[in-house]
Amino acid sequence: MSKTIDAKGVYYAQLNEQVRELIRKGEKDINIVNVNGQRYIGGGVEAQDVKIRIQGVTGEDLGAFMEGPTIEVMNNAQDGVGNTMNDGTIIIRGLAGDVVGYGMRGGKIFIRDDVGYRVGIHMKGFKDKQPVLVVGGCAGDFFGEYQAGGCLILLGLTKSRKKSVVGDYCGTGMHGGVMYIRGDFNENFLGKEVNHFELTQEDTDRLKPILDEFACTFGITEDILDYDRYRKIIPVSTRPYGSLYAY
Amino acid sequence: MLRKSFIRRPEHYGKDISACGVIGFIHHDKKRVDGSVIRKSMANMHDRGNGLGGGFAAYGIYPEMADKYALHIMYDTKDDAPEVEKYLESKLDIYKVEPISIFEVPAIPSYPYFKRYFVLPPKDRFPPISDNDYMVNVVMHINVNIEHAFVVSSGKNMGVFKGVGFPEDIADFFRLDEYDGYIWTGHNRFPTNTPGWWGGAHPFALLDWSIVHNGEISSYGTNRRYLEMFGYQCTLQTDTEVVAYLMDLLVRRHELSFEHAAAVFAPPFWKDIDQMPDAQKNFYTKLRMIYSAAALNGPFAFLMGYSEGLIGLNDRVKLRPLVVATHDKTTYMASEEAAIREICPEVDRLWAPRAGRPIIAKMNEEPVSLSVE
Repeated sequence: MSKTIDAKGVYYAQLNEQVRELIRKGEKDINIVNVNGQRYIGGGVEAQDVKIRIQGVTGEDLGAFMEGPTIEVMNNAQDGVGNTMNDGTIIIRGLAGDVVGYGMRGGKIFIRDDVGYRVGIHMKGFKDKQPVLVVGGCAGDFFGEYQAGGCLILLGLTKSRKKSVVGDYCGTGMHGGVMYIRGDFNENFLGKEVNHFELTQEDTDRLKPILDEFACTFGITEDILDYDRYRKIIPVSTRPYGSLYAY
Repeated sequence: MLRKSFIRRPEHYGKDISACGVIGFIHHDKKRVDGSVIRKSMANMHDRGNGLGGGFAAYGIYPEMADKYALHIMYDTKDDAPEVEKYLESKLDIYKVEPISIFEVPAIPSYPYFKRYFVLPPKDRFPPISDNDYMVNVVMHINVNIEHAFVVSSGKNMGVFKGVGFPEDIADFFRLDEYDGYIWTGHNRFPTNTPGWWGGAHPFALLDWSIVHNGEISSYGTNRRYLEMFGYQCTLQTDTEVVAYLMDLLVRRHELSFEHAAAVFAPPFWKDIDQMPDAQKNFYTKLRMIYSAAALNGPFAFLMGYSEGLIGLNDRVKLRPLVVATHDKTTYMASEEAAIREICPEVDRLWAPRAGRPIIAKMNEEPVSLSVE
């Protein structure tokens, strides 16, 4: 049995309090309907097996600092999805705005369509805590800027109208983690700290379960396991500014 | 009697860093809707402001006086009106004068006095400059020289309504549900570097230009000094003011297209100019050099209304949010998608424009489409 909250006209603070109260009472399956721009849904919630299903456009910082729950949005999401999130899953069945996964430390974010600017910036990873962010569409500028860890995947499935699946300054300042980009992109858009490479067996082994899950989640029929269309982007120096003040 | 000044002009150099909210829409078929629509949309973005500024611009609201300039003037008190009116009578043909009707709301306990004048420059004036140039001079004269008054808006068949308060309260205060317009813009202010005062609220307007802006114009000092060379005086102490005057200078006086004006405001990077074909490279190099002092530095997303359209523009690295949506014969632009959905739940298309690329929605044309980039 799931519980449903009608968010129409409800201020974000009250809405989030209702969600937390249900979780405190042990509710595992929560539907929120008529959301329109309420901020911080699922923000800071620590719970391992809670599922929150949302109808409507979510506001800023969906799932910020979240640790554990699964959030599924049936529509678009605004800016700051998964800001500094620690663990859990966010699924967006539409597009998302700027700074998705900003400073993300763990967990998984799947976005079906396009994303805005600065997606995956400052994403980090430590030992087995490696965040995964997959974007089905195209991304704006500063994708993976200052990436320090984790895995960023861009599929470019909406590319028909764009020359490059990713925007300018991609991976600028990147010094850790890995990025996989599928489809054509302008090489001049890559930051000078990174380079792009063909995938190895190790890469495809890592990608396959993630891509299978992504395709299954959104019912994607196009073959996205066409690894010859992917490029791996990794930093070519771990200390790009190591000599900046040395001479 | 204690005199409270609403027409406060802080003496210090001021700029404005903000997390404001903007929304605008244009009915391409000139269908007019009342101000309750944009009020509802702004209320959705309530938390983008802090109650220290809200405002709206509306086009098409004075159809019976469409050929006259509508001056909206804000006075500290009713007693400050005669000085300005004496000046107006000496400079302009005045066709109609009326107070701007207000509705007292608890959230706005004190407020200035507002009056509206429908005017035209006299035919036998000297020197024989254009009507628009003449009106700019009148507006600048009042704003610079008359202490307890300033001109809120000065276009034809349009008006600006703004003040200190949340935008919903400002909409109620000015009874915006009694005005019908075909273009509306709205603003929710979160001032941090200059006081939230009545003149510093958005929109800023000159002739039929009006701007609402989220962000900060760090180049305010440079832009302001550049504008002074062309007779524009910045008196409202908020950075956004320069954009209204720059648009007037670039598009009305220098006859630049909106695309080229956008390239002045958010100039392409030199590294990108280097990649262009020769003719384009030559053009953008010249544009950047000629108008270097009109470039806008800093983060911005702004909406510029004028009588024939609505233009949205981001800074060239997109440091403020902006989304565009279309539905039927309407184009919407806003800081947040939810603000659009609040008044148009089902949109035909919705996307985030690219940094530095203007979205130009013109009257009597189809709604803007997602351009091929």
